[in-house]
Amino acid sequence: MSDLTFVPGPEHSPAGDLAEPVPLPHYVSRAPYDPYAVERMTAAQERFYVASQWRMVWWKLCRHRVAVASGAILLAMYIGITICEFLAPYGMDTRNTDFIYAPPQPVHIFSHGHLVAPYVLGFDYRLDMKRLERIYTPDPEKRQPIRFFCRGDEYKFWGLFPGNLHLACPAHGGQLFLLGTDRLGRDLMSRMIYGARVSLTVGLVGVAVSLTLGIVIGGIAGYYGGWTDILIQRAMEVIQSFPHLPLWMALSAILPVSWSPLFVYFGITLILGMIDWTHLARAVRSKLLALREEDFCTAAVLMGARPVRIIGRHLLPSFSSHLIASATLMVPGMILGETALSFLGLGVRPPMTSWGVLLSDAQNINVVALYPWLMAPVATVIVAVLAFNFFGDGLRDAADPYH
Amino acid sequence: MLRYIIHRILIMIPTLVAISIVIFTIINLPPGNYFTTYIAELEGSGQKADLAKIEFLEKEYGFDRPRWQQYLYWVGGLLHGDLGYSFSYDLPVNKVVGDRLLLTAVVSITTIIFTYVVAFPIGIYSATHQYSISDHLLTLLGFLGLATPSFLLALVLLYFANVYFGISIGGLMDPKYLDQPWSWGKVLSLMAHIWIPVIVIGSAGTAAMIRRLRANLLDELQKQYVVTARAKGLHPLRALFKYPLRMALNPFISDIGSLLPQVISGAAIVSVVMSLPTTGPMLLSALRSQDMYLAGSFLMFMSFLTVIGVFVSDLALALLDPRIRLQAGRRQ
Repeated sequence: MSDLTFVPGPEHSPAGDLAEPVPLPHYVSRAPYDPYAVERMTAAQERFYVASQWRMVWWKLCRHRVAVASGAILLAMYIGITICEFLAPYGMDTRNTDFIYAPPQPVHIFSHGHLVAPYVLGFDYRLDMKRLERIYTPDPEKRQPIRFFCRGDEYKFWGLFPGNLHLACPAHGGQLFLLGTDRLGRDLMSRMIYGARVSLTVGLVGVAVSLTLGIVIGGIAGYYGGWTDILIQRAMEVIQSFPHLPLWMALSAILPVSWSPLFVYFGITLILGMIDWTHLARAVRSKLLALREEDFCTAAVLMGARPVRIIGRHLLPSFSSHLIASATLMVPGMILGETALSFLGLGVRPPMTSWGVLLSDAQNINVVALYPWLMAPVATVIVAVLAFNFFGDGLRDAADPYH
Repeated sequence: MLRYIIHRILIMIPTLVAISIVIFTIINLPPGNYFTTYIAELEGSGQKADLAKIEFLEKEYGFDRPRWQQYLYWVGGLLHGDLGYSFSYDLPVNKVVGDRLLLTAVVSITTIIFTYVVAFPIGIYSATHQYSISDHLLTLLGFLGLATPSFLLALVLLYFANVYFGISIGGLMDPKYLDQPWSWGKVLSLMAHIWIPVIVIGSAGTAAMIRRLRANLLDELQKQYVVTARAKGLHPLRALFKYPLRMALNPFISDIGSLLPQVISGAAIVSVVMSLPTTGPMLLSALRSQDMYLAGSFLMFMSFLTVIGVFVSDLALALLDPRIRLQAGRRQ
């Protein structure tokens, strides 16, 4: 009889007859005994067990509902800025000189109790000569149905391909100012959509700059230690002792007036990124200090790997998820920084538009009293900043293996 | 402890020197100087500049000498308390900024006190009532405070303060008290006006601090010793205040260092919007017109405040936490 597979039942029968097992009073499995059965995993467990680190982070992130929702909002925003020419009902600089400081037109979908195609009401315009105030009153007679997937203002997609297709346009001869117009009669909604392109990318480019600086400088400090470390730490302390905004103001005041808006834009992102990298560098440094004592690092050193390879190939991947989470949490600060700088007139310059440039029209207290819709861009700033905060929080929790 | 303090002061000196070098470099980076911009501006509007006076000033302030000599001149003046000469105001910087620096300090310190007074109870409440409705509400409010650009909050608050409380728009006091010597009425008027900038500047810092205190206290409350204290029937308040809170306070204090630059930054932009007589608007115009002594001395003063703030917070931490004190002693 085999000693290896213990099958109770037939063997115990006194006759030793394999062909006709005597039925036992209790259930006995006839399957061959497997000593590793305890350690065997179900398919789901197996999947979990062999999952890569990134896959685990992804699963954890998916459980965080607020983070997923924020991620979805951010994704939608970033897809939006790639096609903003199509999304905006008007061109960025289209001026409607007959409609200066026109209030927002709400979209109606009910008419006399019936569901109809969405429409807006046209304006009756009157100039109050006593107060020199433009008065727009919606006229219920002027129903202007919104057109969809329509031909409207001409634009150059990405500044290259001419086109005129829009997601929504005003009715022929009508208007569509969903968020009102500014002092030159430009549609605020369209300008906000265009402004998102600058405001949302400033954070990303700035973070890319500070991520690079933080990894390289923090990596050097953490890996070499000693004098290099002390010097770099002192330098970081100096940079951190500057109040951010005044330093940003001073640096952006340097940017020559003669630069083209695109250059200024890159200058601003560089400035935003150049100051914020110290937090990342600190995180990288402290992690590296701990990790370089690990055995796998010693092994790599003994095999003759160069420092660049050890840092880049062995040490950084150990906490890259954590790094990405911190970087995500830095984006909102940069978006707010750009907004503040542009608001003060030191950031992105017209004709380029960002949310901060749009908000600089709302610098005056009269705006709050008379044209409150000009403050609309602040809503998108808040949404973007909140979404980045929640998403970054979720990502950080997901990236923490001990959580 | 004394050794620790001396050690910290000795570190501050090279930091301040490095900061002054960076500031001087940044201020001097744009091409030309105040006078070239000034002359160009005057010529642009068809006027003639007083070249003799400009030449005199240029010589007096060493614009013809090499950069490093100019730097030494500036720093040497700073050490004597002489902040240099503001060309756009045609006055010594000390005279231009005197009251403004005081008001900046008043606003900043009030803001920090506000931050602590508000963040402390709310943070404790959120942590002890985790996941309750009020905790969620407070968290949401905190996030909103973090996400709203302060300058817009300032505008809206100004408007409503004027509409509902009749407080004059802009400024830190009623217009009638401007340029008056300090009196009781002036102080009261200051108190009535200061709360808007304080709330506006403090909102972001308060929100961040509430979140941090809540997270720290939550971590601490899960520890074994708290469970033991509860199990043996210690009064809940005592089981909260005696040790967990003290442990959670550390970051609270070390935050003074990071809070100060944040408050000063916030004050700089908010004061532009609210036309407060603090340093913000003046710094902005000084930077634009390349009024180098004014801008440089401002930046230097702000950084100095920050460095002092970090120093104070380090001292407070060392006083509060023996571990930090001992570690610092061992390192030397």
